[in-house]
Amino acid sequence: MMDGTILKVRDLKTHFQTDRGVVKAVDGVDFDVRTGETFGIVGESGSGKTLTALSILKLVAPPGRIVSGSVVFKSEDLLLLDAERLRKIRGSKISMVFQEPASAFNPVFTIGYQIIEAVMAHQAVKMSKARDLAMEFLKRARIADPAKAYHDYPHQLSGGAKQRAMIAMALVNSPELLILDEPTTALDVTIQSQILDLLDEIRERERLSTLFISHDFGVIARMCDRVAVMRKGLIVESGDKAQILNDPKEEYTVSLLESVKALA
Amino acid sequence: MMAELIRNRMAASALAFIILMLVFAAFAPAIAPYNPTEIDTKNILTAPSKAHIFGTDTLGRDIFSRIVYGSRISLSIGFIAVGIAVLIGIFFGSVAGYYGGRIDSIMMRFVDIMLCFPTFFLILAVIAVLEPSIFNIMVVIGATGWMGVARLIRAEILTLKEREYVMASKVMGARPAWMIVRHLIPNAIGPVLVSATLGVGGAILVESALSFLGIGVQPPTPSWGNMLMDGKSTLGVAWWHTVFPGLFILFTVLAYNLLGEALRDFLEPRLRR
Amino acid sequence: MLRYIAKRLIGLIPVFLGITLISFFVIHLAPGKPTDIQTSLNPKVSYEARLRLEKLYGLDKPVYVQYADWLKRFATFDFGRSYVDDRPVSQKVAERIPITILINVLSIGLILAIGIPLGVIAAVKRGSLADKSTTVFAFIGFSMPEFWLALLLMSLFGITLGWLPISGIKSLDFEYFSLGGKVLDVAKHLILPVAISAFGGLAGISRYTRTSMIGIIHQDYIRTARAKGLKESDVIYKHALKNAMLPVITILGLSVPGLIGGSVIFESIFAIPGMGRLFYESVMSRDYPTIMGILSIGAILTLIGNLIADIAYSYADPRISLPSAREGASE
Repeated sequence: MMDGTILKVRDLKTHFQTDRGVVKAVDGVDFDVRTGETFGIVGESGSGKTLTALSILKLVAPPGRIVSGSVVFKSEDLLLLDAERLRKIRGSKISMVFQEPASAFNPVFTIGYQIIEAVMAHQAVKMSKARDLAMEFLKRARIADPAKAYHDYPHQLSGGAKQRAMIAMALVNSPELLILDEPTTALDVTIQSQILDLLDEIRERERLSTLFISHDFGVIARMCDRVAVMRKGLIVESGDKAQILNDPKEEYTVSLLESVKALA
Repeated sequence: MMAELIRNRMAASALAFIILMLVFAAFAPAIAPYNPTEIDTKNILTAPSKAHIFGTDTLGRDIFSRIVYGSRISLSIGFIAVGIAVLIGIFFGSVAGYYGGRIDSIMMRFVDIMLCFPTFFLILAVIAVLEPSIFNIMVVIGATGWMGVARLIRAEILTLKEREYVMASKVMGARPAWMIVRHLIPNAIGPVLVSATLGVGGAILVESALSFLGIGVQPPTPSWGNMLMDGKSTLGVAWWHTVFPGLFILFTVLAYNLLGEALRDFLEPRLRR
Repeated sequence: MLRYIAKRLIGLIPVFLGITLISFFVIHLAPGKPTDIQTSLNPKVSYEARLRLEKLYGLDKPVYVQYADWLKRFATFDFGRSYVDDRPVSQKVAERIPITILINVLSIGLILAIGIPLGVIAAVKRGSLADKSTTVFAFIGFSMPEFWLALLLMSLFGITLGWLPISGIKSLDFEYFSLGGKVLDVAKHLILPVAISAFGGLAGISRYTRTSMIGIIHQDYIRTARAKGLKESDVIYKHALKNAMLPVITILGLSVPGLIGGSVIFESIFAIPGMGRLFYESVMSRDYPTIMGILSIGAILTLIGNLIADIAYSYADPRISLPSAREGASE
């Protein structure tokens, strides 16, 4: 795109139809992700940040529904695409890493098989090439024993290894935009920082545009260039990381920062 | 929403049919137009007509009347067999769950073993040995159908034991057995009721199969099952002899199954609490 | 894997012993002695002859010795001789088992081939007409007296329409058919029995598959599969279905005794020379050795069926046979 923005989200609304009425989980969200940057969305649980991420790839399950808005990726509105075009973008141009590595992999297929699937769905290559690619990216994700992990089933890997495998799977088709939804929340603290190091490394090497979702301001501060603060389905404040951290304008942002400082 | 309404209507019609059958059974002499065992050699195998709405059988007996009286057999066997099964199941499950340890393992092994026998084979074998009588049939069906309830009760008790011992250790002197029973009844009564309702349907199917094969309710006592036995011999000649008794079996069992499922759905959300 | 099988086999031994105990118990429920039938109807049989007969069957020994005998004979499949024609029970059963197994296997095949797709469609198109009609069909299947359905279908297809034969497994002029003709003939004879036998199970499996699939479709890994950009058909029929099938395997194993027991009914109705019909005939003629033999064999078949289901399950679900990671293992 001309102005270096890879993702433009405008007025995104995702609502839930429940017995007790309509829950407006995402209620008019605007933000941009610039090419090559890491954009963070921070907020408490229930703020709607995960749903925002899911809405981008239209992965919202009923009773949730994307009600209105636009999600423009490079120059196409993803929300208007037909199923096949969207499928081609998922996993190849835009990839997503989920929060719970334990449940994100299918327990009855090997790690290697699931990564190869991602390759074969988008690249017209031979099986052997796909296998090489899978191994390559498992190595890049710094998994201890890539050959073993390739043949292992998800339950045989530790949490950290599974997350690395997921990252490998997300990157195997060299996407342009990577969405990370709380990628380290479910992991031990030591493993967390290892994964963050890995993400740093990938970010630098690949010059990937990244959307980083987290409830942890510390993690956001470490990883992101620009930040948006979300609360109850709306973005309360957004701007450069330095500005948000040092000179927050909104009360809510202030209280969020205070709670982090209190822990530190 | 729509689905719930439809489901409720189905449950309501199921209940209505069951009540109708209970009325048939209770007031059979008043409802049946003819004596079910009255032989009428002038009207053998007549098709349904105004005089005999379901037709007559090989001995001229009115099929509708026999069906009405047959409801007594099917329903009573169903209820009593299930009653026996539930009692045995509660006893078994309680003992196994409460005592735990070796007694539990042995008893649950026993359940596994019982489940290995094709139930129908077992019932047939026992009836062959003991001779068919309504009483024997009830007991045998009950004695081969308690395993599910036993497992249910045992599972409930095991969950309760976890909770009760935590509480009891704080409230010194509380007798766990009594507390378990007190908490067991409200929790377990739902699933047991569902199991029992579905079990009545199953028992009716088994009884009618036994009677159909000739080792259940013996003629001339009318049972829907043994009427089908005659239906087999008149196949192709008297369709009414086969269609009507079978239809009643189908609808009655269907009604119990629908009711059971409705009960289960009704209890589901409460279980989540 | 082999270790798993071996473990299961060893665990089966107590069950096997239990089966022998229960069948022994059943035979001794009879008031009087099993030999009474042979002797009491014949006044010419003297007291000594009766004693000799009882000695032959070991009925004069104490109960525990009788049980030990029974156990020994059970292990060698020696169930004595039939009262009806004095042939060894095991021989009579061996003649009949293949057909019963054939019908049951075909039945299971039919149940899987129709039941699973029905369940999947009902789950994927939840709430649609297809879903609702599958549910209705399932309920009717649970509630249907199979022998009644058999009578109705016999009447319709056999008598009224004359399309299908209604008894036996071969036509009278079987010997004159070509090989193809023979296969077709047997197939025609088996259509109704297999269909009836499968009916109830079909209802159950379709409903069970539906429930299983609905639970699976909401799992995280299905979302991951979609996020990867897989085709929707792959998401459903590869990722979801493979997981949904696991409980179905267990259910199949549990339905084996029901299928075996049900064979009594439709083998009798369709005059098929199988084990179920033999059982029925033995019951009617109070042929106790055969009754006990078939009861025991039925239980053993169930045991085998469960074992096969278990092995299939452990093969299908890698979490069972392969150990999980220890913390900090492969990083």
